[in-house]
Amino acid sequence: MIEVVNVNKSFNDLQVLYDITTVFEKGKVNMVIGQSGEGKSVLTKCIVGLHEPDTGHIMYNDRNFGEMDRRDRMLIRQEIGMLFQGSALFDSMTVEENVMFPLTMFTKMTKKEKLDRVNFCLERVNLLGRNKLYPAECSGGMQKRIAIARAIAMNPKYLFCDEPNSGLDPKTAIVIDNLIREITYEYDITTVVISHDMNSVIEIGDNIMFIHDGRNWWSGGRKEIITTENPEIIDFVYASDFMKEIRASIKETRQ
Amino acid sequence: MISVLRNIGKYMNMLWIVFSRPEKWSVFRERLFHEIRFIGINSIPIVALMSVFMGGVIALQTASNMTSPWLPEYTIGYITRSSTILEFSPTMISLILAGKVGSNVASEIGTMKTTEQIDALEVMGVNSLTFLVLPKILGAVFFFPVLIIFSIGLSLIGGWLSLVLSELASTETYVVGIRSFFVPSNIVYALCKTVVFAFLIVSISSFFGYYTRGGALDVGKSATKAVVSSSIAILIANFFITQMFLL
Repeated sequence: MIEVVNVNKSFNDLQVLYDITTVFEKGKVNMVIGQSGEGKSVLTKCIVGLHEPDTGHIMYNDRNFGEMDRRDRMLIRQEIGMLFQGSALFDSMTVEENVMFPLTMFTKMTKKEKLDRVNFCLERVNLLGRNKLYPAECSGGMQKRIAIARAIAMNPKYLFCDEPNSGLDPKTAIVIDNLIREITYEYDITTVVISHDMNSVIEIGDNIMFIHDGRNWWSGGRKEIITTENPEIIDFVYASDFMKEIRASIKETRQ
Repeated sequence: MISVLRNIGKYMNMLWIVFSRPEKWSVFRERLFHEIRFIGINSIPIVALMSVFMGGVIALQTASNMTSPWLPEYTIGYITRSSTILEFSPTMISLILAGKVGSNVASEIGTMKTTEQIDALEVMGVNSLTFLVLPKILGAVFFFPVLIIFSIGLSLIGGWLSLVLSELASTETYVVGIRSFFVPSNIVYALCKTVVFAFLIVSISSFFGYYTRGGALDVGKSATKAVVSSSIAILIANFFITQMFLL
């Protein structure tokens, strides 16, 4: 479980996050949604320590991340898997070397044990046999799956996915979504997914937090987000006029 | 001025983190050898080419400017050797390496920064500065002196070739010249300078690469800043080291 308590963050004079408080539950897909530029990625980067919050704190299973020194933070981070928006694969390494990297850095596994683990992770994301390819030789969807394989290689307790579907076609996006959901349930990890893709939200979101104007505007489940009367959410979920008309007609039918 | 001071503070802070204990020594050793190959061995061709021709030019310039009959012919070899050891090899070659290695290091690290690869390292729990920058600094500090010794040798050969081919001096007088009034501490001075320059080139270039923000255009800007700043740092350091050692 991850607790975010009263987090504020600004860059120079621009305040991006205002007093964010939320809980990301274990064994569930916790979605953070909102329009572009509302502070979703900044919040994630504050949680994993890539940005320092101005005030407030982050608790990983009751361990205060902000009060840890660099060494302890590094230890916590070994429990974190993260899927970046652009995959962030090491382009000078093959698929196999990418997935093996955290194992090489932090375990005393033998070469064979590492290779078995890599193959297991690649099989999990349906990429077994692509070990010797370089990231540049893989499609966008494949790169995301390699990044997922790398993220789960160390059996993480926490998985962060920053817009896992950006730049993917709807079908591949669903494959990635399902993979994230399956991994979350299978390994009982705390997953935080940043997205503005409503398909993903409806497909896999167990807990949803809507960020608006840098604030935790709304929290709830996937059913509530469809039926809520919150105007900012309606504006976000039913962004186009066509969708708004559909919503209105559904409402009329119900009445 | 404030921005320069802020950057110096940031640079010092970066160095403090760079010199931390690596997460795994076997990985560090592997990376160190990779960097020695990448930064050092891959620079041999350009160093060799520059050294032979510059040595040749120094010898020719010296010979063509020696008009006084009071100056013995072996002076050409003596001046070629002294110029090569004191300035040409350590300083000129380091300036060239600042261009080649500096831009390479800054653009490599800068690209990793803008494509979130460095963030990925940090989130995994890897100290990205120690992992990326320390092997580069140590690789350069260990291997640049080797390059400079190699450069000194090739410059002297270049000088000899140019004199013999243009019939401006004989092999015997050139060899007498390069062996005359030899001060061994000059080699120590040259190597000390090289170590300082190697450190400056790689650390400054890594600094500009690591703090790149934006996209491809900014990576290019960082590489340019890295080359310009490390070249200026070399010239300033050269002045102070010369003051310290020779005066």
